[in-house]
Amino acid sequence: MAIESDVLVIGGGLAGLTSALAAARAGADTRLVSYKQSTLRNASGLIDVLGYTSDGEGPLADPYAAIPDLPEEHPYRTVGVDTVRTAMSAFDDAVPSYRGGHTDRNALVPTHGGTVKPTARYPDSAADGLASDDRDVALVGLESMTDFDARRAAAHLEAAGVPFDVRGITVRFPGDLRPDAKVTRYAKLLDADEEVSVRGRRRPARAALAERVNPELRGEPRVGFPAILGDDEATAVREELSERLGAAVFEVPMGPPSLPGLRLEDRLFAALSEAGASIETGNPVTEFDGEDRIEQVYIEKNGAKIPNSAEQYVLATGGLVGKGVESDREGVYEPIFDCHVAHPEDRYDWFDTDVFGDHEFAGFGVRTDEQLRPLDAGGTVEFENLRAAGSVLGGYDFAAEKSGSGVSIATGYDAGTNAASES
Amino acid sequence: MSDADSPPTDAPSDDSFEPVEPNTGEEFEPVDVFPDSEDFDLRPGADSCYKCSTCDTNCPVAEVDDEFPGPKFQGPEQWRLKQTDDDHTVDDSIMDCSNCMRCDNACPSGVPLSQMHNTARGEYVSQEMSKTSVEYWRNRILSNYRTSAWLASKLPRVANFAMNFGPARWLMEKTMGVTKEREFPEFARQTFREWWASEGGAAGSRERARERRERRGDPVDADKKIAYFHGCYSNYNTPEVAKALVRVYEHFGYEIVVPDQKCSGTPMFANGMLADARRHAEVNISSMADLIEEGYDAIASCTSCSMALRQEYPELFDIEGVDDVAAHTFESVEYLRIHEDLKGAVQAAEIDDDLAEEFAYHAPCHARNQGLDRQAVELFGDLDGVGIEDVGDSCSGISGTYGWKAEKYEKSMQIGEEMFEHMEAADGEVGMTECPTCAMQMEHGTGYEIRHPMELLEAALVD
Repeated sequence: MAIESDVLVIGGGLAGLTSALAAARAGADTRLVSYKQSTLRNASGLIDVLGYTSDGEGPLADPYAAIPDLPEEHPYRTVGVDTVRTAMSAFDDAVPSYRGGHTDRNALVPTHGGTVKPTARYPDSAADGLASDDRDVALVGLESMTDFDARRAAAHLEAAGVPFDVRGITVRFPGDLRPDAKVTRYAKLLDADEEVSVRGRRRPARAALAERVNPELRGEPRVGFPAILGDDEATAVREELSERLGAAVFEVPMGPPSLPGLRLEDRLFAALSEAGASIETGNPVTEFDGEDRIEQVYIEKNGAKIPNSAEQYVLATGGLVGKGVESDREGVYEPIFDCHVAHPEDRYDWFDTDVFGDHEFAGFGVRTDEQLRPLDAGGTVEFENLRAAGSVLGGYDFAAEKSGSGVSIATGYDAGTNAASES
Repeated sequence: MSDADSPPTDAPSDDSFEPVEPNTGEEFEPVDVFPDSEDFDLRPGADSCYKCSTCDTNCPVAEVDDEFPGPKFQGPEQWRLKQTDDDHTVDDSIMDCSNCMRCDNACPSGVPLSQMHNTARGEYVSQEMSKTSVEYWRNRILSNYRTSAWLASKLPRVANFAMNFGPARWLMEKTMGVTKEREFPEFARQTFREWWASEGGAAGSRERARERRERRGDPVDADKKIAYFHGCYSNYNTPEVAKALVRVYEHFGYEIVVPDQKCSGTPMFANGMLADARRHAEVNISSMADLIEEGYDAIASCTSCSMALRQEYPELFDIEGVDDVAAHTFESVEYLRIHEDLKGAVQAAEIDDDLAEEFAYHAPCHARNQGLDRQAVELFGDLDGVGIEDVGDSCSGISGTYGWKAEKYEKSMQIGEEMFEHMEAADGEVGMTECPTCAMQMEHGTGYEIRHPMELLEAALVD
C-alpha cells in the first residue's frame, strides 16, 4: 500500500503551501511533503508581485498593469493577470495580518540595507515604516546586531530621497545577551517579557528596551527596529513599545533567518492544517513510478522508501537555491522527475561576466503548457498529472524583477486549484 | 568556450587568477589540504554550510540560554576551527546541546548537524572531561538508564519508594547533581518481557496472528512479521504501551518477535558516551540484522529509539548490517500507515471507554526528522469519541537525561514553558506523545496523565 491522497504537493515553500491550501480549500484530500522545514524562514516576509519589468524598468507603481507586457514565457503570462489577482486575494484571506490588499499599487518598504523595496503585501509589523509616509523616522539598531547598521540604513534612505527625515541610532539591548544572540532569543525575551538585568536591577525586557531608546529620540513620530520584536506575541510587543516610546513602532524586514518569515510560515501551515490537509516534513522525495502518468512517489528515509500515491501531483521544490533545479558540469536538471530544463550546452554561457549582468541561469527552470504541466524538450507534456509551481519554473528572473513571492502564489494557486478539479 | 575544450596551458599565478575561467582543466590536481582522517570525516558537511543560521532559529536551547552559542557554532564552525588549528579543543558548551536534533530538519543545505554535535560531544567527553569528575559519573549513570532500570525491576516496590524518598533525593542532588525536583518514573511490577514470555513469546504470537488473519480473510501464511524494539522504558516503566503495540499488530495479523536488545543509545549520544553507545548498538544491530534478513521489519514505539536505529547508528558506527537495519526500521504508527488501511480502520472505529478524552498532543523533537510529527493528530482527528489538539512545535525541554541534571533543570523548564501553556489552553486534561521522556516532562509540568498513540489505537481497534 501507499500513503494516499487526491493531491500530493512536493515542497513546503510559498508555492507549495499556496498550492496545497488552494487544493484543500477546493475540497481535495491534500497532502504536502517537504524535505526540510519551509525556507520561508529565510525570506524577508515581504510579498512582492512585480517590482521591475524584465528589462529592468521600475520601480513599478502598478504590477498588474505591467504583466501583459512581460515576455511570453513568463509564468505570469502563463496563468494570466486575472489568476494573479485571484491568487493574491486567496493569500489575503489566509493571512489576515498582511496589508496592502486594498490597492493594486506597490507599497515602498524600507529594507535593512536602507534600500526601498516595491512590494505588493507586507506584514502589519512593517505598516508604519512605509517610505511613502512623510512622518519622520528614527531607526534603532542594536550594538551586537551587525546585520542592521541603523545609521548607514538611515543615510541610504536619505540618499534615496525619501520624503521624511530619518536618523539612525544604536543602543545596547538590555540584559547580558551574548554578542551573537539568535533572533529567536530576542523574540523569546520580548514575547515572555522576561526580566533582564540592567545595572544590577531586574526590569521587564520591553520596558528596559524602551528606556534605552527613549533618551535617544527627538520626538520622531515613528521608530523602526530590526525585525526581532516577538514571535507569538509580536503585536503585543509592538503595542507596548509604541506606548512607552510615544511613537508608532515598526519592524524593518531583515535577512535570514527572519522572524517575519517564520511568522508567515507558521500562519500558512496553520491555515493548511485548518483546511484539513496532511503535512509531512523531514525527508526528500527521491523516486517515482510511472511513464506518462505518475503512479506514486517515494519519500526516502535513511534507505527506507515510503510510497505516497495521489491522483494529481504538484512540483514546488524551488529553484537553483532551493535545490528543485540542480546543476553539475554536465548540465542542468530537475532531480525528482527529470523534467526537461532548457539550458545552453556550454556552461560558460550560463552566466554573464558582469556580476549584475543578464545571467542566463536566473531563468533556468521547467517550461510548461498553459496548465503549468512541465514540457519535455520536444514541447510535449511530460506527465499528464504533474504541475509545477514557484521557482522550479523557468522563464523569469525573480531576483531582478522582485517577483518571487507573487509567482509562487499565482502559480501555486493555479496548480493547486486545477489539480483539485481533476482529482 | 568550455574548459574541457581548451584546458589552460599555464597554471595561473595567484595575481593572475581569473574567476571567470578557473583552473579546472584536466591537468588540475586537487591538493589535499587536510590529511585523510581515520575516524569521522565531516568536512563535506561542514563545507555545505553557507551560514544562513536557520539552524539557530530551531534551537530550543539558544532561545533561552544566553551562554549557548547555537548549533551552527557547535557543528560546522567548531569543525572548521578544529581542522585549521591543531591546538583547538572542543568547546565545553557542546555539553549544553540537548541533542534534540531539530537543527537537522532546519538546514536547507543538508549539513549533518546532529552528527557533528554527537561526534564533537564524544570527543569532548573522551578527551577533555575528567573521568574522575562527579559530572562524568553522573552523566554515565544517567545515560546507562537501562542498567539502573534493570536493577530496579528486580525489586520494583523498593525501588519506587527509594527513588522518590525525599532525603535520598536531596543527597542525590547534592552529591551527584541529579535534580530533586523531578519524580522518578515508577517501575512496573512485571516487565514487558516477563509478560511477553507468559503470553507464549514468539510462538504464541504466531498462533494469535494466524487466527487473526483467518478472521480478517488474509492468507493464513501471509508474510507479515515484525521484530519489536521496545526500548528500556516500555519494558521497565510503561509495559502497557508495549502490550498495546503487540495487540494492535496482532489485530492486523502480524506475528511478532521480541529479540534480545539493549539500550538504543539515545541517552548515551546525548552525553557523549559513544563507547557505551557502540557496545549497545552492536547487540541491537546484530539481533535486528539477522531478523531483517529473514524478512522482518524492526518496529519501535519510542521515536528516539527509532531515530537511533535509523539515523544515529549509520551516522556514527560502521557496524556490519547497520544500513540494512536503518532501512528496515519504522515507528509503530508509521508502519501501519504504510502497510494497512489504518485511516479507514480508525474512521470506522469509535472510542467509548475511559479513553474517550480530549488529548493534548505533543510531537517529540525526534519524531520531526522522521517526518512523524503530524501523524497522530491527523490520524486521530478522524476517530469518533475523542478529540486531539497539537500543542505546537516547541520542544518539551527535557531531552532525555538533560532535564534530570540539577544545573539544567531550570533551563529545561524554561524551554518547556510554551508547551505547558499550550497544554493548559487545550481542551481536555490528558496528554499524548510517543516519547517517554517528553511524557515525563508533560506530566511534570501539568500533572496530566500521558498516553501513547498505541494505547489509543488499541482502544479503538482491538476488541
